Amino acid sequence: MHIAEGFLPAGHALGWTIAAAPFVAHGARAVVKEVRENPESTLLLGAAGAFTFVLSAIKLPSVTGSSSHPTGTGPGAILFRPPVMALLGTVVLLFQALLLAHGGLTTLGANAFAFAVVGPWAGYGAYRLTRAAGAGLLPAVFAGVALADLATYVTTSLQLALAFPDPAGGLAGALAKFLGVFAVTQIPLAIGEGLLGVLLFRVLTVNARPELERLGVLRPAPVAATPGGVA
Amino acid sequence: MSRRALVNVLIVVAVVALFAVPLLVDGGTSEYGGTDAAVTEELEADGYTPWFDSLFSPAGEVESGLFALQAALGAGVLGYVLGRLRGRRTATPTAPAEADPR
Repeated sequence: MHIAEGFLPAGHALGWTIAAAPFVAHGARAVVKEVRENPESTLLLGAAGAFTFVLSAIKLPSVTGSSSHPTGTGPGAILFRPPVMALLGTVVLLFQALLLAHGGLTTLGANAFAFAVVGPWAGYGAYRLTRAAGAGLLPAVFAGVALADLATYVTTSLQLALAFPDPAGGLAGALAKFLGVFAVTQIPLAIGEGLLGVLLFRVLTVNARPELERLGVLRPAPVAATPGGVA
Repeated sequence: MSRRALVNVLIVVAVVALFAVPLLVDGGTSEYGGTDAAVTEELEADGYTPWFDSLFSPAGEVESGLFALQAALGAGVLGYVLGRLRGRRTATPTAPAEADPR
């Protein structure tokens, strides 16, 4: 998902930066508001940021014979809604652009748009739709976390296709080419990431029940919660 | 082992298998190059020259170390939070749901 430094034409780099900036600024306000109004959220907010920090640092092998990064933006989007992840995700990207030469400053806007805006919103949307369809928390978490991962890479493919349309196949041809590199490799990673999200929420439903109820992820239990009674 | 713990262990095993099986089946024939790098190589082969270079590019070994540092920072914070939450639950005799004002 990291478009390397200098690899987007200047106009595209600027355009994506302008597109991502309001989301990131809004996200920063959302984080400050959350911490100020609900100081008890700080712990879980830290967990959401830490989850994306760990997962985006790890390169995982895939069935295609290449490797790629998970994103880890799904759980934060589900817990705190997507704007919060616009800031946290961009912080991760900035860390990687400055210290790891992974991604870049000129491509930060485009990468943030894919990783910190589209991914979290797509994941959150999938989570809400799955729940609205009557599914329990954990299936919805799986759908949300996996889709946040996959949507990020689809967006990156689209960004690259817009910048580098295929001479013969045009935009669609280029999109197919970049999706071929990114999306197929990403499918097993998205499944693995979805499972890790489920694991995280299994731990949280037992240990952070008051927070999950306040955030609206769990309905307040009328009787005392029994461990294992949540699914 | 409780049913809950067993399911958690099974999820971990499934995740490990998901990434270990391709490695084993493959038998070491693939390079497992990053998809990000694959795209830049393709674009450069098509004649694109990046117009801006990273301000700081760590050498290979240092880069691995910094990636490990990023993962360690994240895992450390995650472990701290989950440990605190678990400690809070096991330390309070009443169920946490009852302590919630709403």
